[in-house]
Amino acid sequence: MDELFERLPFILDGAVITVAVSLVSAVVALVLGLLTATAKLSRSRLARAVATVYTTVIRGVPDLVLMLLIFFGGQLLVNHIAYEWFGYEDYIDVNAFIAGTLTIGFIFGAYMGETFRGAILSVPVGLLEAGYAYGMSKRQVFFRILIPQMMRHALPGIGNNWLVLMKTTALVAIIGLNEMVFRAGQSGGATREPFVYYLVVAVIFLIFTTVSILGLRLAEKHYSAGVRRA
Amino acid sequence: MDFSPIFENYPLFLEGLVNTTKLVVSALAIGLLIAVPLAILRTSRNPLVNGPVWAFTYFFRGTPLLVQIFMIYYGLGQLQFVIELSQDWTFLRDAYWYALLAFTLNTAAYTTEIIRGAIEGTPYGEVEAARACGMSKSQTYRRVILPSAFRRALPAYSNEVIFMLHGSVLASVITIVDLLGAARIINSRYLAPYEAFLSVAAIYLCFTFLIVGGFKLLENRWFAHLRPREQTTGKKQTQPA
Repeated sequence: MDELFERLPFILDGAVITVAVSLVSAVVALVLGLLTATAKLSRSRLARAVATVYTTVIRGVPDLVLMLLIFFGGQLLVNHIAYEWFGYEDYIDVNAFIAGTLTIGFIFGAYMGETFRGAILSVPVGLLEAGYAYGMSKRQVFFRILIPQMMRHALPGIGNNWLVLMKTTALVAIIGLNEMVFRAGQSGGATREPFVYYLVVAVIFLIFTTVSILGLRLAEKHYSAGVRRA
Repeated sequence: MDFSPIFENYPLFLEGLVNTTKLVVSALAIGLLIAVPLAILRTSRNPLVNGPVWAFTYFFRGTPLLVQIFMIYYGLGQLQFVIELSQDWTFLRDAYWYALLAFTLNTAAYTTEIIRGAIEGTPYGEVEAARACGMSKSQTYRRVILPSAFRRALPAYSNEVIFMLHGSVLASVITIVDLLGAARIINSRYLAPYEAFLSVAAIYLCFTFLIVGGFKLLENRWFAHLRPREQTTGKKQTQPA
């Protein structure tokens, strides 16, 4: 038990990394999701096709497979490009944090894209037209009307994606980023009590989940201002 | 890219395919069997009955599958009585059973909540009608509530099946040679990440499409009564928008 308390700060430092990975990949996913949704709803057939292939393929392949592909494949690719194009001869190590966040962001961008597409479709066109009638530019309509209006519809989906995303970050332990699951493995190995350390990590994940659910409830309340409940 | 290492080592991938299929199918089947009674308990109004089930699903749905696998594989495998037990039952030394246990509990938790939602969505009139016909509680469940709940649960359950297929790749982390495990062996042996991971990605993609297609067929069958009645009336009806 004493050992556990001694190692707790070490695990908690890892929890900070887990949160960082989650937040950074969520930002990547949100941006990619918005782009995907816009592409899916655009008039260009090419953009629609690219977005459809992206969401279908990503959602059909397990996340760990994509992560290993990007981590190992990306490593090879980066070194290949550095050597062939720039004549750089040292070995470049791809950072697990970057590979992990990019992969998770890339995967959840596909899910977010589907969420945003549905949410954008549920915004009445009249609202957007009213914006144009006031002389707003396309950009202004997008940021001032479309996003705040669609958020109410998108939030439940975003919330679910966020909860799944947070749990997916555990996978970066496999590619060697020393976040809390990785550290629990180290501590469990050193003390020969893996169960206790993984249990601690599981409880921390539960706390994250619970806090997120409460936060999402508040956000939903905020974005539903002015909407009457049936 | 050179895919010859993949073709040369096809028995390895075949082994992986068999292991993945075995794991996913048995975890889903056992998980579903556990989930149905749990879902019924979960709808109970008695907190002593529904509380433990809630705690079980909350824990397994709120923590990563990877952590659950590690807890069961490293944690359970370290317990004294499991070690003693594995003296006689050597199969307990095989990582496969730990993965199966973790997957089963995980999918049972998700499925419980799916079925619970479907049970709670049962129109009360159906239950009332069953009571009026003089059915007992168990008859009502067997004949009325569960069949209609399964039907309503089907779309969500198809997502759970895909989720389980995708989750099964974590078996490769605890030394099981599933499809991804085979790819990881090939990658470390030949340093061929694109070939190895792209080919299993393609296989998983095919599996996902198969599952999606299979559930579409099932839904067509089970939701036959909900389909628009264009064919039976003879003339084409225009659907009101």
